[in-house]
Amino acid sequence: MGKKAYIKAIEYYLPENILTNEQITEKFPEWSAEKVTNKVGISERHLAGIDETAVDMAHQAAEKLFSMNTGLREKVDFLLLCSQSVDYKLPSSSCILQNSLGLKTSCGAFDINLGCSGYEYGLAVAKGLIISNIATNVLVITSETYTKYIHPDDKGNQTIFGDAATASIISTDGFAEIGEFVLGTDGSGAETLIVKTGGARYPDKTGAYTINENGDTQWDDNLYMDGGAIFNFTADVVPLMVEQILKKENMELDNIDLWVFHQANKYMINYLRKLIRIDKDKFYVYMENVGNTVSSTIPIALCEAQKEGLLRGNVLLAGFGVGLSWGATVLRCK
Amino acid sequence: MDIKKFIEDFADQFDETELDEFKPETNYREDLDEWSSLIGLAILNMIDKKYGVKLTATDIKDTITIEDVFNLVVSKK
Repeated sequence: MGKKAYIKAIEYYLPENILTNEQITEKFPEWSAEKVTNKVGISERHLAGIDETAVDMAHQAAEKLFSMNTGLREKVDFLLLCSQSVDYKLPSSSCILQNSLGLKTSCGAFDINLGCSGYEYGLAVAKGLIISNIATNVLVITSETYTKYIHPDDKGNQTIFGDAATASIISTDGFAEIGEFVLGTDGSGAETLIVKTGGARYPDKTGAYTINENGDTQWDDNLYMDGGAIFNFTADVVPLMVEQILKKENMELDNIDLWVFHQANKYMINYLRKLIRIDKDKFYVYMENVGNTVSSTIPIALCEAQKEGLLRGNVLLAGFGVGLSWGATVLRCK
Repeated sequence: MDIKKFIEDFADQFDETELDEFKPETNYREDLDEWSSLIGLAILNMIDKKYGVKLTATDIKDTITIEDVFNLVVSKK
């Protein structure tokens, strides 16, 4: 019998600063705090401190994981950091974390540059490393500070995104066996969710903005999301991805005990739930006090579902977003 | 195309507003408290999926009533 890979432990870290709906609607009086909560399902989100980077938060999340699971730190033999807000162009921030976390130098490490699909990709790579006998305890970290990319006048993205970091150990034993995967990419949508400047293509900030045909302002140096394009993308891709992963697992909709989607915003994931005809009681939502934390939404939701005793049987995870990129897997929980 | 069915599909994208509040002449942005741009995106997606017509936010910018949206869909079918 071949080796299997499991999630052994998950913890997460939220930065201290909080942005409430009341604070947002104070700035944009044409909005009501109640309406924001009802529609996007988010009341408050945490923001990384001015001097706090995603790598600092990644460190905090991993330290929390190690403090809850003594003896694990010494066993970690691979580190994957999923982030699009790393400290330097080089070296890889995973190398910095190997040192700051005191992991052994025989530990492999690299960064994964993905957003909302990042946790599924992290699990997929970690499973591959374990099955192929390359590693036995893989630390998968997700950490993001998207709020630093958002323009102060961009009320839409400010209501949705929050900062957070998570740390998971993938190992040869644990509480959730990692099943099959469906992964996908469509780079033709790259510009629908983008921070345009600061990379090699446009290294210098321009300070410029354009008002697009929908009347939305698009700042070159900040996070831009084409809401309509992303909405249509998820409505096309997610039902198909769910169909494909169920087929790969020889399962039907009813065989899934808990559905954990990327917590993009409440209204949109409920639209997806209705499209796929998923039972509301089996559809896990956890975003009210954290917001959309990009690659951290699914591990945070898993952590909370576990506390509530809901991680039993087959748990389907589905991430989708920036890239455009998507991924799904099924966990078999004990 | 039946406007009654279209209004039902339109209303389906709302979570709290009762069906009898949706009329052909309803000014959907002003008269329905629950209206939000997210619902707008869902309606555009619904029109694509159920009626096979791809519209953008710009296309519906000048519509006021639900009937205006219905007529736009009919004209593009």
